[in-house]
Amino acid sequence: MEMQIDWASFTPAASLAGGMLIGLAASWLVLMNGRIAGISGMLGGLLDRAGDWPLRLAFVLGLLLAPLVWLVFIGGLPALQLDASLPRLLLAGVLVGVGTRLASGCTSGHGVCGLSRLSPRSLLATLSFMLSAGVTVYIVRHCLGWA
Amino acid sequence: MSKILSALIAGLLFGLGLLLSGMSNPAKVLGFLDVAGRWDPSLALVMAGAICIAFFAFRRAERQSHSLLGEPMQLPDKSRLTGRLVLGSVLFGIGWGLAGICPGPALVLTGMALPAGAWFVLAMLTGMWLARLLSRWLP
Repeated sequence: MEMQIDWASFTPAASLAGGMLIGLAASWLVLMNGRIAGISGMLGGLLDRAGDWPLRLAFVLGLLLAPLVWLVFIGGLPALQLDASLPRLLLAGVLVGVGTRLASGCTSGHGVCGLSRLSPRSLLATLSFMLSAGVTVYIVRHCLGWA
Repeated sequence: MSKILSALIAGLLFGLGLLLSGMSNPAKVLGFLDVAGRWDPSLALVMAGAICIAFFAFRRAERQSHSLLGEPMQLPDKSRLTGRLVLGSVLFGIGWGLAGICPGPALVLTGMALPAGAWFVLAMLTGMWLARLLSRWLP
């Protein structure tokens, strides 16, 4: 089978620039605060009422406020499409919550920060979640035929 | 206070990066994960862009004991390869593949006042709470 690339959706410049901004955010947090920009870790620590919760809350608040800041300084928010039904969304959310806490990280903590640190642990985590996400999408779309 | 403000700025930059890159669009994430369909390779460039900046910051961070604001460097262990790490990552990947949403974009979608984002975050927090219970039975 030949791989089909969806050139119409491909956004190399925006994705590369957005990625660099994410890298800048992670660099900022580690150089200024000495912390890993892991979003599941920040949220998990909030739930555990860790002593450094003000810092965690501020980081989470920054993420929540990003669309508002975008809207004020740039204008119209980027288009998005979310097709999952509510039950599927809830199941997905629970799995993401359980999984990222057991693995101590997600796409940000392991994928961005861990790989940047050349951490073997994060490489194993990233390969595991990329592979299982890919297999899940394959089964959902091409075996079950859901949207 | 400057430490809190600094963390807020980092979260803000992170969120703007997620919006700009397309990571906060679930359909685009699923288009990247669907290698067997019409594949959208964009998100590989998000990872590449992030790493090529953060790589240098972490190289510097790992040589220092304190951050610029005087806080101790808190860098997690790199080498412990455990079953829990793999199990957790596989479960996370299944959830990510089901909806196209991971924790950062979930918060950004909630910030866009999308009910779906808020539902996802609530479910995710429930999952995080479950993980704490589950941890007692896992090695």
